[in-house]
Amino acid sequence: MALSGVEIFKLLPKTNCKKCGHPTCLAFAMKLAQRQATLDLCPDVSEEAKKKLGEASAPPIRPITLGAGDKAVKMGEETVLFRHDKKFVNPCAFAIEVKDTQSEADIESVCAQVMHSEIDRVGQKLRIDAIVITNESGDAGKLETAAKTVAAKAAGVAVIINTTNAQAAEAAVKLFAGSHPVVYGANASNLDAMASVAKAHKAILGIAASGLEELSELTEKAKGLGVEDIVMDSGARKAKEIIEHNTLIRRAAIKKGFKPLGYPVINFIQRGDSMHEALVASVCVAKYSSIVVLSSIEKWKSVALFALRQNIYTDPQVPMQVEQKIYKIGEPKADSPFFITTNFSLTYFIVSGEIENSKVPCRLAVMDSEGLSVLTAWAAGKFTATKIAQFINDSGIDQEVSAKELIIPGYVAILSGAIEEKLPGWKITVGPREANAIPAFLKARG
Amino acid sequence: MAFTPPKESYAGKVYTVTMGTGERAATIGGESVLPFHSFEGGTPNRPLVALEIQDVPPADWPENVRKVYDGVSDDPVKWAKHCQDDLKARAIALRLVGTHPDRENRSVEDAVKTAKDVLAAVSIPVIILGSNHAEKDTAVLVAVAEAAKDKNCIIGKAQEANYKTIAAAAMANNHKLIAMSELDINLSKQLNILITQMGFDKEKLITDPMCSALGYGLEYTYSVMERIRLAALTQNDQTMQQPMLGDVGMYVWKVKETQAAEADMPQWGAAEERGILWEAETATALLVAGAELLIMRHPKAVAAVDSVIEELV
Repeated sequence: MALSGVEIFKLLPKTNCKKCGHPTCLAFAMKLAQRQATLDLCPDVSEEAKKKLGEASAPPIRPITLGAGDKAVKMGEETVLFRHDKKFVNPCAFAIEVKDTQSEADIESVCAQVMHSEIDRVGQKLRIDAIVITNESGDAGKLETAAKTVAAKAAGVAVIINTTNAQAAEAAVKLFAGSHPVVYGANASNLDAMASVAKAHKAILGIAASGLEELSELTEKAKGLGVEDIVMDSGARKAKEIIEHNTLIRRAAIKKGFKPLGYPVINFIQRGDSMHEALVASVCVAKYSSIVVLSSIEKWKSVALFALRQNIYTDPQVPMQVEQKIYKIGEPKADSPFFITTNFSLTYFIVSGEIENSKVPCRLAVMDSEGLSVLTAWAAGKFTATKIAQFINDSGIDQEVSAKELIIPGYVAILSGAIEEKLPGWKITVGPREANAIPAFLKARG
Repeated sequence: MAFTPPKESYAGKVYTVTMGTGERAATIGGESVLPFHSFEGGTPNRPLVALEIQDVPPADWPENVRKVYDGVSDDPVKWAKHCQDDLKARAIALRLVGTHPDRENRSVEDAVKTAKDVLAAVSIPVIILGSNHAEKDTAVLVAVAEAAKDKNCIIGKAQEANYKTIAAAAMANNHKLIAMSELDINLSKQLNILITQMGFDKEKLITDPMCSALGYGLEYTYSVMERIRLAALTQNDQTMQQPMLGDVGMYVWKVKETQAAEADMPQWGAAEERGILWEAETATALLVAGAELLIMRHPKAVAAVDSVIEELV
């Protein structure tokens, strides 16, 4: 359970020595409580206090890195239940399952899909993050063979080894030394053996329970055996159970400081119907899953899931921005209408959507206004005549257009004279105040 | 440390709203917990999906959803019956988009005739929507509400600019009413208050906090819906306890991902499945955020959403 500033203060040296960079121990304690400072800044803190504070200041959901290198995925560290309270921290990983009963060619083909899954969306590179290798055959040799194929054909991709057989797990996990794989399948009957495999190979232990009570007992036992990094499967498979378990886990960890459930969650949601599976995955993205295990990753499915994950994990306090540039909508000619607006993503989506609706090809200049909408940006001095003129001049657009007419948002009609002064040779036209009037505006221009 | 499930109980409850008449009437809302949290309280009614039809042929819909209605979409009555009888829709939403002055600019009389014909042809509940032109909607929706008297329709959408006349017409003719504002919890609340201050029953309202499509601002609608629902439940705020609408199809079927051919965007994969999933996934996210009523276009997307609802209740 997180400590308050005053509780932390009691454990500090109370010397006000300022070595931590804060004026007093109390000020430092307050920063610690808000997680804006770390305890190692204090050189004089006692070992006892370190231990107490270390436990209390540990994030309610343990940070764990799955995989290694540039494709590593950070999990855990979440602090809230609702994204409007604070940004969700680490976007969930999407994993695809292969089974050791599949042919080598089939496994290779899945590896190739994963290696080619990366797409670029609003400036972020998004991809399928991990491969689950399931010991469907029950045979240790077959699991190892499948793991070898994955290690060779999907090098660098994070791996989750799925077996209840500790010896099989050991043989497979050796192939991924140093790359933080998950050894999944620890349960009440094999926990000791699986925990030692995970420890010996610096792997994350995946615990498979049936129900939250058993899950918390198993994570406690694993911790007692010296395992630190755990991912948890409560056994929930139906969407209804997934919401229930994931919600109760997140609440227990964050609101109650219940450590045994303070680990990332893995949800296995494979379904026969890919469309249906995608929708269950959507529920997992919204509701607290850290790893979502899928049975197929068609491109049409991945692109939609990536978009949702991006939406849910956006920082609600930082407006989404689009890149400053002159966008072409349709195939504009030299004399097509030319609009300008700000780079708040919603503004851009709405304005460009309405221009698209009008079916009139246009250019749309999107100016960096730090993600503010038109009126706010104007009020904040980020969408001014000087800045607009500079943007238009620097863009070199006058080489591309014949008309030299710029349509500004109706809300900043007041700027039209000033822009005309600063952009000699340009005609400034005042457009509609609201984007939904753009189609009529364009129609009226003929 | 023994585990005790941290269940929560809430002070507030979402109003129950019934639409339509007779055996096919449908009821939404009534839950006293967050969406699909049946493990800690009552969720008496499952969400409802209405299929969207229009008073004019859907020339502006992308090919992949337009073609589904080839042969019926030239006539709203045929289209409505197709949704009810062949696609087994539980409700339809008739959008009178052809009345928009920039579109076909159909007259109020034409709109009334279309609405009457559609209502006479089906027995499932009907949502009747204007063209989202504040002025024209006032005339159209008032006349349509009268023509549909006592059919217990949902009329929409009342916005800040035109709520007075539309709400009065809905009230006088015993309809439910959609109140729409733009992606702001305070505007939603304010509009609900203004409408109820006219004497409109707060339990006959549906809140539309404005939809947005997956990848195009969905997170705004998602969070406004979550915040509205939390205000309803945790603060027992009676001005926020209306069921919520996600007008999904209209927003989804204009984004690039539902239109671009695979040949142009190979990294996005098959266009048909992509469009269907884009609509179904937008809908699913909004259900998880708190929407009880959805308006959608592609029957396969509706079927997928119905199957995930089946798994969630």
